[in-house]
Parts: sequence; structure tokens; C-alpha cells
Amino acid sequence: MSQGGPSGPLGPASRPSGRRGVLIGVASVVVVFGALGWVVVNSPNWPLVRDAFFNAKYFWKALPYVAQGFVVNIQLCLISEALVLICGLGIALMRTAPGAVFLPLRLLAVIYSDFFRGVPGVLFIFLFGFGVPALGIPGVPNEPFFFGVLTLVLLYTAYVGEVYRAGLESVHPSQEAAARSLGLSRAQAMRYVVVPQAVRRVIPPLLNDFIGLQKDTALVSFIGVVEVFRQSQIQEAATYNFTPYLASAALFLLITVPLTRVVDILIARDRRRLLATAR
Amino acid sequence: MSTVPPVLRLEGVHKSFGQLEVLRGIDLTLAEHEVICLIGASGSGKSTLLRCINLLELIDAGRIELDGNPITGVTVDVNRLRRRIGIVFQAFNLFPHLRVLDNVTLGPRRALGQSRAEAETQALALLERFGLAEKAREYPDRLSGGQQQRVAIVRALAMQPDLMLLDEITSALDPELVAEVLNVIRELAKGGMTMLIATHEMGFARDIADRVCFLDRGAILEEGTPDQVFRAPREERTRQFLQRVIEAGRLQV
Repeated sequence: MSQGGPSGPLGPASRPSGRRGVLIGVASVVVVFGALGWVVVNSPNWPLVRDAFFNAKYFWKALPYVAQGFVVNIQLCLISEALVLICGLGIALMRTAPGAVFLPLRLLAVIYSDFFRGVPGVLFIFLFGFGVPALGIPGVPNEPFFFGVLTLVLLYTAYVGEVYRAGLESVHPSQEAAARSLGLSRAQAMRYVVVPQAVRRVIPPLLNDFIGLQKDTALVSFIGVVEVFRQSQIQEAATYNFTPYLASAALFLLITVPLTRVVDILIARDRRRLLATAR
Repeated sequence: MSTVPPVLRLEGVHKSFGQLEVLRGIDLTLAEHEVICLIGASGSGKSTLLRCINLLELIDAGRIELDGNPITGVTVDVNRLRRRIGIVFQAFNLFPHLRVLDNVTLGPRRALGQSRAEAETQALALLERFGLAEKAREYPDRLSGGQQQRVAIVRALAMQPDLMLLDEITSALDPELVAEVLNVIRELAKGGMTMLIATHEMGFARDIADRVCFLDRGAILEEGTPDQVFRAPREERTRQFLQRVIEAGRLQV
């Protein structure tokens, strides 16, 4: 076992190149995943698990109902996200407003985002969904869907506001100075120079919060909106089988996994750009 | 009319950052079509002075007048004022998310309210004049440093300013790109542009300036024609500064 073998200075052997590497990778994945699958399927209680969670009959039976519920989640998610993207920017602009005059505005933004990021979302769902309608104030709608959107918007505006703030602060002050030196007002400098650059930089974290919002639409089931989670519960209660939950999980994954990959790609692209300009 | 007010007049301008007094009573007048170069070591207050004139920094004491009107009061509309003063920065500060043409037209469109067509016609003419016409549709990061700085100059010129402030505009450039930028400034001077230029390029200052001011620790220690200041400086500190510059090979004598 001599130290100085025939290998090069960089290690025992160079990494297998090109096609050979791909083949080894594929083979290794097949072996490992195959072994894991074999262990699971051959474990003594597998039939119990399979019948309760992965039952094909119940899956196909539940799927139309669950999918119908999921449409509500998508509606909730899209409406809320549109509002969150606008309100979040508003909160971030409030929080970064300069000067002593705007101190109350900054304080308000800080209190708001601390409050809504620091309390479990499910609490707000009950508070707004049951508490506010119970007040019976005239003119306030009674729709659970409305309060679902309201809660999600209030919650996620706090998170997204912080993302935007990080973006705004990442734009060098010289950019604003250059805009102001052309005679643009501060509002114009923000509108045409700072905000466009800030938003571009925070698209990956914005997408991450979008994924979070998409999942948290299930919270709305607590206040009586029949969406995917509630539909799964209904199906489960009718059959005493848990497969409907897995059906709804599958629907969430259908959206969140591709989005997560998009985020990865965007982050990798930003990293490459950063490395390229750092040279 | 013999009493045309100077384009720019500074009187006892003071500026401190915390404990540090950066400008200690600057008096300076700049007549129309005049070119003044500010020279002096780094940290002598050149950049701060230019930023104060453009109100990017607020002065602590003193008075700044543009065409005889004070610009340092609380009632001054800073946005209107800045439209009349063009500034070019050491680090270009182009807007990276906008194409060259949009960099140049942003000010005229948003601050002066020109139409897109009007602003673009004017911008393209200016870009053409400075050899940048074929770069109009590029993003700034596709341009060399010299080209970027020329775009920054064009961006300032597009506002048709009465006065240009240049803040060490060649200091961030590779040596081979300095000349193309300085030539643009020479052309502007020939065209009669009123300019206040902070620079480390002594040869350029000697060629272009009507007057040279030597800044030392926040005060103008010596001023005169380039011949006076460069050939026969009166002050010991000016001599020392020029000696160091000559030793560094930045000025041929």
C-alpha cells in the first residue's frame, strides 16, 4: 500500500468523464433506490400501510373531489399573491423611506411585519375568519373566502415586504444619487431606477414565498372554505382511508416541485452572473 | 450690461461629516464658458465640493449661488436646480437595467417631461456626436469602461445643463481608455461648456483649464492660471503636491 501510486497529483484517480460518469450515476441511483424500495415493500407491515395510504381504488375515487377542492386553492393563491406582491412593495417602501418625517411610517412597517411574521398563521385565520364576522359590523362581508384571502395577504405581505426590503437595500445608493442628479424626484428615482433593479434581484426569494403561500392556502379550510384539504377530510371520513390526503399532497407537489426547480435555476443563474462580474 | 452674475459663486462653504471638517470655507466663482480644474490629494475635499454644489450633500455654512440666485435655502426646488447642473461620477453610475438610449433619455423624459420621440432624437444625436450611436441599444455592462463613462457624460448633457461637474471621471478607467474620455471633455470645453472638474490628470488640467485651484485639507490654498500653478506655484504645499505628482509620472514637465 504505497502512498505514491500511479495516480496523478490531484488524487487516486481522476473523475470518470462524460458518458461513463452518467452511466455510473444512473446505475448507482437504480441500485440504491431499488434497495430502499425492496426494503419498504418487503417489510412486515407494508400491506397495512399500502392499503391505508396508497390505495389505488380510493385514490381514483377521491381524485375528482380533491381536484375540485384544489381549484379553490389555486384561486386563493393567485388572488392573494397578486395583492401580496403589491402590498409587500408598499410595506418595503414605507420601511425604507428616509428622513425624520417618515419615522412613524417606518415604525408602522416594522411593527406590522414583526407582528405578522411572529404569530402562527392559523391563529390569524381563526381571528379574522370567525372573530371579525362575529362582530356583525354592517358592510363587512361574511364570506369565508374573503377572510381567507385577507388573512393570507396580511401574513404574506409581511414576509414579502422583508424580501423587497432586502432588494431595495441591495441597490447601491449611488444609483439613487445618479437619478436624483438628473433632476428626478425621489419618487421617480425609486420608480424608474431603484425598484426595477431591486425586484429583479429578489425574484428567487419571491418565488419561494409564493410556494409557501400556495401551501398555506390549506389554512383556509379551518374557517369553512371547502378546498383541497377539507375535501380530503370529507373523503377520508366517508371511507376511513387516508389515500385522499395523498391525492391532495400529489396535487400540491405538482405545482410546488416545478416551481422549486425554477427557483434553483434562477439562483444558479444569478450565482454564475455574480461570479462572471466578480472576475 | 457689465454685471452678468457668474454661473456659480461659492462663499464660505463649510461641510463636516461628524467630527471631520471636509470643507473649511471655500470661495470660488465660475464665469460662463469658464473651465476650472480642482486638483489636490485624495481626501482634500474635491468630490465633496462637487456633491455639495449639486445638493447631493447639504452644506453646514456658507452660500452657493447659481446665476446669482442662492441655491442653499430651504425654499429651493432641488429637482429643478439639479436639472441645470450635470454631474458625472467617478464610477459612471449608469443604470444597469436600462439600455444606453434609455439611460440617456430617462432624465429628459421624466424630469423635463419630453416625449419619448423628442428625447430619443436628441439622445441619438448626442450619442452619434460622441461615437456611441451603435451602442444605443446595448446594456451598459456590454460596454468598455471608457464607453460607459462617455455614455454617462452624454446622459448628463442630454439635460442641456448650464454647468457640468466632473468628479474624477477617469480615475476608475484603465489607462488606455482615459484619452477617449478626456477628448470628449476637450470638445465640450471648445464648445463653450462651463465646467468644474475635479481631476488627477495634471496634463489634462494644464491643457484645458482656464484656472486651476489647488485644494488642501478642505480649503483652496492656491489658484491661478495653469501656467502660474504648475510652473510657479507660490505655496510650499502646492510645490510638494506637484513634486509627488511628477515623481508618480502623472505630469510631464
